[in-house]
Amino acid sequence: MAMLETATPLYDDLIPGGSHWSFIVRRGHVLRLIDETGGASVGMLMYNPENPLERYNMPDTLKNQHTFLLTQGHVLFSDMGRVFASIIRDDLGWHDTVSGTCNADMVEQRWGKKTYQEAHNHHHRNGFSSFLNELAKYGLGKKDLTANLNWFSKVKTDDGGNMAYVSDHSYAGATVDLRFEMDTIVVLHTCPHPLDTAPEYPSHPLRYQLFKAAPVTDADPCKNSSPEATRAFANTALYHMMQS
Amino acid sequence: MIKKSALNPENAIFRETVPAGEYFLKVVKAGETVQILDLEGNQAADTLFYNAHNPTERYSAVDTIREQGNVYLTAGSKLMSSENNVMLEITADTCGRHDTLGGACSAESNTTRYALEKKCMHACRDSWLVAVTEHEELGMTKRDITHNINFFMNVPVTAEGGLTFEDGISDAGKYVELKAEMDVLVMISNCPQLNNPCNAYNPTPIEVLVWS
Ligand SMILES: [Zn+2]
Repeated sequence: MAMLETATPLYDDLIPGGSHWSFIVRRGHVLRLIDETGGASVGMLMYNPENPLERYNMPDTLKNQHTFLLTQGHVLFSDMGRVFASIIRDDLGWHDTVSGTCNADMVEQRWGKKTYQEAHNHHHRNGFSSFLNELAKYGLGKKDLTANLNWFSKVKTDDGGNMAYVSDHSYAGATVDLRFEMDTIVVLHTCPHPLDTAPEYPSHPLRYQLFKAAPVTDADPCKNSSPEATRAFANTALYHMMQS
Repeated sequence: MIKKSALNPENAIFRETVPAGEYFLKVVKAGETVQILDLEGNQAADTLFYNAHNPTERYSAVDTIREQGNVYLTAGSKLMSSENNVMLEITADTCGRHDTLGGACSAESNTTRYALEKKCMHACRDSWLVAVTEHEELGMTKRDITHNINFFMNVPVTAEGGLTFEDGISDAGKYVELKAEMDVLVMISNCPQLNNPCNAYNPTPIEVLVWS
C-alpha cells in the first residue's frame, strides 16, 4: 500500500465484458485494474492528451527492458522516450503486448455473428472496432491504432518462436496497479483476446479504480528497475519541467 | 528456413544501393518481387510497408506474428496489414530469421537505450520522418510511422519471456526476397545505428532489387 496515498478508491467502476471505454488519467494517480470474475482480457492503448502523436510503443517497452512479458517493476514507454505508467503491482506475473487485438472477421468465425438487433447489449463486439470507436472521441483513427496491451493474458513462445496462448491464466480478484507518470488518454476494451479459443464468446467484466499515488522517490523500484527506465524517468521529468 | 532465390540479378528491372543512414522509398506492384540484400553483413534494414493506394492500411507487426503463430519472420511468412490482408510473402531468405518485435531506433529511444546525451544522433525514425516530409504527395506524417520489420536483425525470445539482442545471423551477401500481393509502398531506413554491438558499431550499405 506504500505506493498509494489514498487507501479507498477515488472512483470505482465496472466495464461489462465485450465492451469499451476511455478516459484521461492524470499524472500522480494509480489506475487499478481488477479481473472481477476471472478469465478477463483487457485491451489498452495510451496517448498523450497534449500531443496524441505521442503514444504507447510496444517495441521500445520490450527492448528497453529486455522482456517479452510485462509485470510488476516494468514501465510502459511512449515513443518519445518517456514513461506513461509504471506497473507497481501485478498479481499474475505475465501480461501480453505482442498479439494485437481481435477484429470483426475473427469474432464472427470463432463465435458467430450476434448483432445489436438480435442481442442488444450482448451483441458481439471486437477489439479493433472498439478501439476505433473510443479513438474517434479524441479525433484519432486508424492511423493511431498501434500495438496494444492485453492485460490478464499470457502468450508464451517456445525455442522456435511458436506462440501459445495460455488459457485460465487469470483469476477473480487478480489485480494490476498502474501508476501514471504522465497525463494519459487510456483506451480500454473488454473484448476477447485474439488468441482465445474458448467455445463461447468470452465476456468478462473489468473493475477499475482510481487512487492518488504516493510521491515517486529516488528509491522507487520501477524508476530503478533498469538504467533504461531511469533514463526514461529523467526524460519524463524534463517534459514536466518544461510544462510548468 | 533457408530458401534460395530462383531469380537472376541480371534480370532485375531495378537495382539501387542504399547507404547506411539513408531512406529508400518505392512502390512495388502486385506480382513483383523485391529483394533486400545485406551487402557487407549484419546491417539492419528497418522496413515499413503501406498499401500504395491508401497508406492508412499498413504493415502490422502484431497481426503478422499472431496470424502465423510465430514471432520470427522467414521464408513462407505472410506479412499482414492492419486491415487483415496479406501484403507480401517472403519467398526466399538466406538469413533464416528476421525480427519484427524490436522496432526502430529513434533519437528518443537512443536516449533510453544508450545514454541521454545520444539524443542528437541520427536514427531510423529520423530517416522515415525525412522520407514522408520530402514526399508530401504521399500525405503521410509521423502518425504513419508504425512498428516495422528489422530485416537481418536477430532478437531471440525465450520460453521464460526474456528478449535479447544477439549478434546478427546475417552475413555479406545474405538476402530476403518478398513477393507483393498488393501494390505496396516500400519504405526502408537503412539503419544508421552507431551504438549497437550487433553491427559492430559499423552501419553498412544494402542493395534493393526488383523483378517483374
Ligand atoms: Zn535504426
